[in-house]
Amino acid sequence: MFTNTNLMEFIFGRLSWDSLAFTHEPIILVTFLGVCVGGIAVLGALTYFRLWGYLWKEWFTSVDHKKIGIMYVILSLIMLLRGFADALMMRTQQAIAFGANEGYLPPHHYDQVFTAHGVIMIFFFAMPIVTGVMNFVVPLQIGARDVSFPFLNNFSFWMTAAGAVIIMLSLFVGEFARTGWLAYPPLSGADYSPGVGVDYYIWGLQVAGVGTTLSGINLIATIVKMRAPGMTMMKMPIFTWTSLCTNVLIVASFPILTATLVLLTLDRYVGTNFFTNDLGGNPMMYVNLIWIWGHPEVYILILPAFGIFSEIVSTFSGKRLFGYASMVYATVVITILSYLVWLHHFFTMGSGASVNAFFGITTMIISIPTGAKMFNWLFTMYRGRIRYEVPMYWTIGFMVTFVIGGMTGVMLAVPPADFVLHNSLFLIAHFHNVIIGGVVFGLLAGVNFWFPKAFGYKLDPFWGKMSFWFWLVGFYFAFMPLYVLGLMGVTRRVNHFEDPSLQIWFVIAAFGAVLIALGIGSFIIQLVVSFFKREELRDTTGDPWNARTLEWSTSSPPPEYNFAFTPVVHDHDSWYDMKKRGYVRPLEGFKPIHMPKNTGTGVILSALSVGFAFGMIWYMWWLAALSFLAILVVSIAHTFNYKRDYYIPAETVVATEAARTKQLAEQA
Amino acid sequence: MSSQPHAPAHESAHNTHHGHSHGHEAAHGTFGSYVTGFILSVILTAIPFWLVMGNVLDSKALTATIIMALAVVQIVVHMIYFLHMNSKSEGGWTMLALIFTIIIVVIALSGSLWVMHHLNTNMMPMNPEMMKNMP
Repeated sequence: MFTNTNLMEFIFGRLSWDSLAFTHEPIILVTFLGVCVGGIAVLGALTYFRLWGYLWKEWFTSVDHKKIGIMYVILSLIMLLRGFADALMMRTQQAIAFGANEGYLPPHHYDQVFTAHGVIMIFFFAMPIVTGVMNFVVPLQIGARDVSFPFLNNFSFWMTAAGAVIIMLSLFVGEFARTGWLAYPPLSGADYSPGVGVDYYIWGLQVAGVGTTLSGINLIATIVKMRAPGMTMMKMPIFTWTSLCTNVLIVASFPILTATLVLLTLDRYVGTNFFTNDLGGNPMMYVNLIWIWGHPEVYILILPAFGIFSEIVSTFSGKRLFGYASMVYATVVITILSYLVWLHHFFTMGSGASVNAFFGITTMIISIPTGAKMFNWLFTMYRGRIRYEVPMYWTIGFMVTFVIGGMTGVMLAVPPADFVLHNSLFLIAHFHNVIIGGVVFGLLAGVNFWFPKAFGYKLDPFWGKMSFWFWLVGFYFAFMPLYVLGLMGVTRRVNHFEDPSLQIWFVIAAFGAVLIALGIGSFIIQLVVSFFKREELRDTTGDPWNARTLEWSTSSPPPEYNFAFTPVVHDHDSWYDMKKRGYVRPLEGFKPIHMPKNTGTGVILSALSVGFAFGMIWYMWWLAALSFLAILVVSIAHTFNYKRDYYIPAETVVATEAARTKQLAEQA
Repeated sequence: MSSQPHAPAHESAHNTHHGHSHGHEAAHGTFGSYVTGFILSVILTAIPFWLVMGNVLDSKALTATIIMALAVVQIVVHMIYFLHMNSKSEGGWTMLALIFTIIIVVIALSGSLWVMHHLNTNMMPMNPEMMKNMP
């Protein structure tokens, strides 16, 4: 039909009928059909219930930090399902692929699965859920009405979503990287990975990275400039402190990732030799640079989780947090130290003893402030009136699990021990131990804790506890066998084994993964059940847990403007302080409130970015050029939009606050 | 007062720090300071060009060192005259951010140089031809 191959190549670049993965992979075909049916059902339902206008006006274009935070969390939960499906596939493959049985995932597919699992879980589950919770909670905790740059916030979210879309596209159109989640060269170079997989990886991360960096800048500015009067740095809630440190880490480290990936892009696209073996290039430099970003990244994830646990422990023990100042200093020390340890990820690469010793010692030093935090939480609970609600379950599960993960981390920090354990399943068990036991437990605790604030009703405790126990027990079943296997010398990223004596451990691990699947299932059931029981679980007080920080002083869910009057802070735990002093809610004197206006520019720029990335990945240069030009035009045009704010009229504020007064009176 | 933290009197205080006032705290330069900055930058740019194009020094290493040193001075000139950074702007936050940035940059650069130097020393001696045929 088309004989002019040059024209075809110009239009479609590298894309051809064969690149559509579902045409020759039965597993992907089934997934693709499932996604099509599900997608059509969702789109159909949205159209049938006429929700498109509502979604566009109230959510997609919203610059309200609360709605953006909720959208981040929804995005992360969707990506969790994708990343977890990859995990189940790997666990199943490893449980059956012994001896004559090759399993069902050939190496080239298995390699894509573990790469996608790592990339999705870190960049598109953990990062968005952390950013989402910070976005929702921080402005409320510091008594602000929004973040410093509301439009930038919307734009950041949509860039993250665009990155997720690019990664998801690779499942059906083309392939994903087969390099592991950090794409080390020379394997990720043009010679050894000529396909589109690594390009999907690069552009997915670059687009999402724009969002992450901008949201980091935004939250730093918010915390530094928009605190309520009286809230000095040392009176900030601890979650705000950990968020500040996390965002400082984001702003300081993500440019390194961006620069490293740009150099890799140049190697792949224009034939430079930064990370090749010849002409002066050095792949070790890539490993060095990527871990200068990569190690702060793990603290970017864990610090907010520490903050969440601090808020929860103090709330559910009914006490002020033990050692507030030491907690702050520990956080700041971790922030700095996280930049001094990156080499422990490649002890075996061949540095001398003095380099390895230095980085081994700095790594061990990090466990000191972390240990101090652990004791602070224990002493907060000591002689407290502990209420065992679901967030507290997660917290205690975290304290036990994270300590085990921390101890295996210190083992890995000893360079000679690392030479034995490097790239073994022991390492895999270690980092899942701290990321699941720390970050995932922390964020699930946070979701349970702040859900009533976000939606106005609590989550169902029964299914919350089911979810907790499945996750906790499932985690131990899934990862303790990997510690054992790692000590026996089994390496990571292997899709077939010869030694049948290892099989039992992989079967146990697969069983653990099934338990975790039940945990995720229980969490989804918890969301659904709570929605149907929402009248029963309704929070009319705005302070369902008898909590201590400012976000609980407003209604649940908070009005668009968060606070009718900016609170004035006198002490730590300012809402607890206000309650103790017999705070009376002001009932009159409301004024019009100045607020930022919604805009669709973020969605448009993000869609154009997907087009740009797709063009770059498939060598459709016309698409990339046009999209890039359009991005510039739209960005410049947006600066001429002067109608970016409006006033909520005083009558609306009066009506909203009167409704809340009525609600409070009814419940009293 | 303390029992009324939501007192309306603070509304105006809030508006000023609500991010719409585009905080005019940062110092703005005078015409003179911009000219000083401009002249200094031009001089600091001209010297490296002169050093390289005129083959002034015999030692390439020395030339490179001088150029790097001038680049550092150039950064300082830009920060003072164009970005108006001093220890007091934005309540000291600018200075704090600068110190943090310097710490991180120094760690990343010196650490990378140290690590790569070690790796380079510990590698087997190789000529470019062998290097090219490595996997």
